Amino acid sequence: MNREDFPMLEEDIIYLDNGATSLKPKCVIDKTVEYYSKYSANAHRGDYDISYKVDQEYEGTREKVAEFLNADSEEIVFTSGATDSLNMIATGFFAPLIEAGDEILITTSEHASNVLPWFRLQNEKGAIVKYIPLDSNYHVTLDNVKKMVTPNTKIIAIAEITNVIGDVRPIKEICKFAHENNIFVVVDGAQSVPHKKVDVKDLDCDFLAFSAHKMYGPTGLGILYGKKELLENLNPINLGGGMNESFDSPSEILLKDIPTRLEAGTPNIASVIAFGSAIDYLNKIGMDKINERELYLRKYLIDKLIKIPYIDIINLEADSGIVSFNVEGIFSQDVAFYLNKYKVCVRAGNHCAKILKNATKVTNSLRVSLAFYNTESEIDTLVELLSNKDKIVKEML
Amino acid sequence: MDPEIKREIIMEHYQNPLHRHHVDDKSYDMVNTANSSCIDNLNIYIKYDGDVIKDIAFEGEACAISISSTSIMIENLIGKTREEALNIIDNFENMINEKEYSEDVLGNAVVYSDIYKQNSRKSCAFLPYRGLREALTKKDNGKS
Ligand SMILES: Cc1ncc(COP(=O)(O)O)c(C=O)c1O
Repeated sequence: MNREDFPMLEEDIIYLDNGATSLKPKCVIDKTVEYYSKYSANAHRGDYDISYKVDQEYEGTREKVAEFLNADSEEIVFTSGATDSLNMIATGFFAPLIEAGDEILITTSEHASNVLPWFRLQNEKGAIVKYIPLDSNYHVTLDNVKKMVTPNTKIIAIAEITNVIGDVRPIKEICKFAHENNIFVVVDGAQSVPHKKVDVKDLDCDFLAFSAHKMYGPTGLGILYGKKELLENLNPINLGGGMNESFDSPSEILLKDIPTRLEAGTPNIASVIAFGSAIDYLNKIGMDKINERELYLRKYLIDKLIKIPYIDIINLEADSGIVSFNVEGIFSQDVAFYLNKYKVCVRAGNHCAKILKNATKVTNSLRVSLAFYNTESEIDTLVELLSNKDKIVKEML
Repeated sequence: MDPEIKREIIMEHYQNPLHRHHVDDKSYDMVNTANSSCIDNLNIYIKYDGDVIKDIAFEGEACAISISSTSIMIENLIGKTREEALNIIDNFENMINEKEYSEDVLGNAVVYSDIYKQNSRKSCAFLPYRGLREALTKKDNGKS
């Protein structure tokens, strides 16, 4: 659906790598061009009309994002991406707080960006990273979270939807249990916010990180949501222009309030402004409708893939548009090269989830990640191409 | 060379690679070679006899192009001197980058002469050569 909104879909490709980055609707591209051609000035410097316009647009996006997540606009910080947001949370908020022996719970299916910042707290602060065990479908259950919690547990940091398994974690239940035990919950929303309704008040998570480019928005922009009282205590990693009120000497520095305090330097103005259009666009279609469509497409794909005897589906059960699989006996990358010859774009590899192999015993795989604009006929083409193993072997070189 | 023959040679070396096994012998040097853009990841083991490469083996996971290229490279390099080996590596690199190269030193590796047409595959074919060059130019490799 809505294919006509995406200029990239006029290209002769079948794009099935939406988990890596999504395509952009024309309204987002147009908004970027509008900024650069109509009011290309800096933000927070409203001394003349076009600069005032930039401020309005920039802060307007913040309000849209806040509304989209059911947050307050002070709780929305613009970053360079989910990775940046997660690092700011780990280093800016938790590093000063965490003590040797404190435990951080993650899972083996997290993306590198939600693993390495926590490893750093282990290496530098003596915290201990532990893994919530995955069930037989590689899902996270509240029971398994409960089993891993000890009096030393301080943080649970997990994706709402992971990028290889695509399972939806019971974040709301985990937050409730965690908060009863004085544990903070950090949610990596990189794969969930673009594909389903996320309400931070309903979930009651403490922090949420995601990227604009995976949700039909521009590259180079991420969001860090934090509860207001927590953001107040997040140390800015970057100091500089735009975030200070005044300074005279090293001992006399007055910083601005959140969220501006956490956005030092000239921000990614064009992307922030264009992201406002992405949010409008998603609201117009409706996140529930998007989610419904993507789950339908997943089922459509699974029902066909499952009939191919030499295809091993890794995540048969998952309520997202992510399907990971292997063609028996053929290296995933070779299959991806073969598909590329037919202009089908899928990802092969470990998908930045390098410790997941401990659980799945699969070191690499092919990943199809669907978006609402994908079609049954695109899936038919993919399945058709995968239906002839001899052809794959013959043409993979 | 006929494309069909090229294909057959590549497939043969992919399905039945030569010298693919673990080495637990301290008289071998080991070098890891991996493509950051993909998941190819190989360990290559080299044993010298004075200036001559006496044996090479490899293990690891990689795509059909990387595996076959490694097998073909090993077949070609065993028995060569360091200098000859480095010359072969240079020529192979030139070939996949569409520069001038001498075909006669490359042996079966000429099956990759068209690989430049698939940009993403170039680094796969070159992967073992990159590792071997690193091993050969390491300054403390004067073992015998
Ligand atoms: C689950 C998950 N978390 C975090 C990230 C990192 O996002 P970015 O590279 O946009 O910072 C990704 C991107 O692939 C992801 O899939």
